[in-house]
Amino acid sequence: MAEEILKVENMHKYYGKKHVLHDINFSVSEGEVVTLLGPSGSGKSTLIRTLNGLEDYQEGAIFFQGTKINPDEKHWQQLRQKIGMVFQSYDLFPNLKVIDNILLGPTKVQGRNKEEVESEAHQLLAQVGLEEFANAYPRQLSGGQKQRVAIVRALALHPEFMLFDEVTASLDPEMVRGVLEIIENLAKNDNMTMIVVTHEMNFAQQIADRVLFLEDGNILEQTPADQFFTDPQTDRAKEFLDSMDF
Amino acid sequence: MAHSGINVLLEGDNFIRLLGGLWVTIKIAFTSLAFGLVLGVLLGVLRTFKNRLLRFVLRIYLEFFRVVPTVVLLFLFYYILPRQLNFNLPANELATFVFALWVAAEMSDIVRGALISVPKHQQESGKAIGLSRWQLYRYVLIPQAFSLELPATINLATRVIKTTSILMLISVMDVINIGQQVIEANNHTYPNGVFWVYGIIFLFYFLIDYPLSWWARRLEKKGLERENG
Repeated sequence: MAEEILKVENMHKYYGKKHVLHDINFSVSEGEVVTLLGPSGSGKSTLIRTLNGLEDYQEGAIFFQGTKINPDEKHWQQLRQKIGMVFQSYDLFPNLKVIDNILLGPTKVQGRNKEEVESEAHQLLAQVGLEEFANAYPRQLSGGQKQRVAIVRALALHPEFMLFDEVTASLDPEMVRGVLEIIENLAKNDNMTMIVVTHEMNFAQQIADRVLFLEDGNILEQTPADQFFTDPQTDRAKEFLDSMDF
Repeated sequence: MAHSGINVLLEGDNFIRLLGGLWVTIKIAFTSLAFGLVLGVLLGVLRTFKNRLLRFVLRIYLEFFRVVPTVVLLFLFYYILPRQLNFNLPANELATFVFALWVAAEMSDIVRGALISVPKHQQESGKAIGLSRWQLYRYVLIPQAFSLELPATINLATRVIKTTSILMLISVMDVINIGQQVIEANNHTYPNGVFWVYGIIFLFYFLIDYPLSWWARRLEKKGLERENG
């Protein structure tokens, strides 16, 4: 059994009186790819955002590499170097060149040597086919290119764990493939541990080791991916897969 | 044309004196802008923090300087405070001080507005790569706010330069005050000297302010072009 990287225990979240996450329990082992599936508004994004402190929670606990996370801003700030996150709205910093977007975290947050990080950044850019854009500004890039840079920016921090929150949801269909391939490579070749929120069912099936199916802030089932897509345990998940034309 | 009014400007050292007055005007305007803008950026950043008391105090500060007319502010600091608090400054320094506080108040609102209009996603992406709050402001929010606030800042600068014209009321020897003296001293020989003196003052102000307002308009247009691509 691979080492457990992340564990969520009895987590509840409220927005005021509204109970948005109900008793969330799951864990992720090293190298595992977990996808969060579920209808819109089921709490997938809220859940993934609690995992790097962008949303708070009122009850329960998150453990990272066996240590309970102290949920204040200072601790989260430290942890975010290890827990990379990429968002739906590929938010590169428009005031910085592509290369400076990537260097900002490693040099300013981690205090690493600039030359060293720079050569690594160029390498990563080459891997996603964007080496010639290092000195471009984000506005000169297409959506798919920006999203690929955003992934590189997160990876440059050497995270041990990646969160992908609907990273292809606002891309043109022809851009989606390239971005998904990068994530797939990361999972298969680099054995990166990750949680992926997505609406791309084919993609989810290809990369997921396990599926968490959410509805109304509840985890309805946690099923190995092979089984989930052929024989989900709950009727609700069946309906969901049918509705996605899967 | 022996008594052509324009000669009032060339009589004795009138023109040099007017230039001297203009220099005082420029010095006060730009010194107060320099201090006021720096302080204003700082206060603007503080006004985006969550602390309610801090925000309330800074809001009161802004409203005070915005609501009270600048003339009243000057009188307040020039006549009232020295007596009550034994706070004495020469007129030029006092004017610079009051203007700097005024600029800081107005600037804090411009900066705050620009900072909160940087999309929230930018903050989250910054946090997601581990930036501290200070780094987030330093590398992400303030640089992005800068281009948003530049046109408004330049407009503020032109207002400050124009408003220096009331400084004669607290006896600052600015270009208007000198002009007034020149007019009065030459009233007999140049009855319509007032036209020429104020004409040249108009030209002075125009030469300083117009390029600034042209620049602001250009930046605004460029901003629109960038946004609408």
